[in-house]
Amino acid sequence: MASVTMIVNGKEVTANVDPRTLLAQFLREHLHLTGTHVGCDTSQCGACVVHVDGRSIKSCTTLAVACEGASVTTIEGIGTPEHLHPMQAAFRENHGLQCGFCTPGMIMSAIDIVNRKGHQLDEHTIREELEGNICRCTGYHNIVKAVAAGAQAMAAK
Amino acid sequence: MYAFSYHSPKTVRQAATLLGKNPDAKVLAGGQTLLPTMKQRLASPSALVDLGKAEGLSGIEVKGRNVVIGAMTRHADVATSAVVGEAIPALAALAGGIGDPAVRNRGTIGGSIANNDPAADYPSAVLALNATIITNKRKIPADQFFQGMFSTALEEGEVIVKVSFPIPSKAAYEKFPNPASRYAMVGVFVAKKGSETRVAVTGAGSDGVFRSAELEAALKARFNPKSLDGVKVKASGLNSDIHASSEYRAHLIPVIAKRAVAKATAK
Repeated sequence: MASVTMIVNGKEVTANVDPRTLLAQFLREHLHLTGTHVGCDTSQCGACVVHVDGRSIKSCTTLAVACEGASVTTIEGIGTPEHLHPMQAAFRENHGLQCGFCTPGMIMSAIDIVNRKGHQLDEHTIREELEGNICRCTGYHNIVKAVAAGAQAMAAK
Repeated sequence: MYAFSYHSPKTVRQAATLLGKNPDAKVLAGGQTLLPTMKQRLASPSALVDLGKAEGLSGIEVKGRNVVIGAMTRHADVATSAVVGEAIPALAALAGGIGDPAVRNRGTIGGSIANNDPAADYPSAVLALNATIITNKRKIPADQFFQGMFSTALEEGEVIVKVSFPIPSKAAYEKFPNPASRYAMVGVFVAKKGSETRVAVTGAGSDGVFRSAELEAALKARFNPKSLDGVKVKASGLNSDIHASSEYRAHLIPVIAKRAVAKATAK
């Protein structure tokens, strides 16, 4: 077992974990933050995307112990049901989901895109930047619309 | 994933000591290949030596006529580096085309090179730009570093510290990605520095990345896309798999090389 301490959604957590515990497993099974999903488990689908020290990463392909001292933000850390993050609100308004399984990862990736590329995102940029997030329901059209709208809404915030 | 012991050394020296004590240990850099491999139980190291906290392994600087990149520098940082974008834009573009944004935020140049995946992008840049791999023990020229797929000149306990890229006068990278996996079915890095032209091909060779003598000879007199008209590459020694036959890859190599030269010579 190995001890790991990190900040998750603003709160410091310390735990003893088997070193092979993935960050996704740690978040879901130790902290019960089940908003982070595991879809493919082979780092292709992006349902597990969270932010580590402000950068999007795939939590199914990162060891929890490698996040010692890091600041982790999950979908639970960006908004509440009463006060959705502008990107969450944009997904709801634009019907950017059907089953919703990919949505946490989509939203965490979308916020990362805005952080890197700004608030005015064209369709091509959004589609390129969402390469690492797979949706098997919608065909992406409304997701792209949601990301563009959410990016602008984040500027207004 | 099988169990392993985890070590997080603070220096490269400590990392080397740990590797010396644990013969089955593997170095963990960004983990974007190693962790999936371990999850599939295709690798089962007894110990992981994580370089994430080892000091002095990240960063990008220009030293003389070289761009020197620390081994733990993430793909995203190379892709967006003003220094790399100015000195070797082809290298920044290559880094920006690896995997997806989240993978680029974890994956490292040292990890990619040490792994020497036959479809990885970075090895072609290292070979075509005639880079030098600087380890904790020595300096290894690119021509001696890659020794067949997943195989390099690195010895037990040897850790890549940085990679030094001579700044070329012209260079570009083009790849033909597999439509599903997005890995290079053929990737070609062309570089011209002074009178020397080097062409490295990834994704195609059954022994991993290689320099193409045919293409280098054709481009030697004139570094121009037209110089590659009619140039043929032999299919022997190229991969045949469900994605493409060796003949198809042989056809793709000059096609992609021509696009790379066009990109390198465009204003």
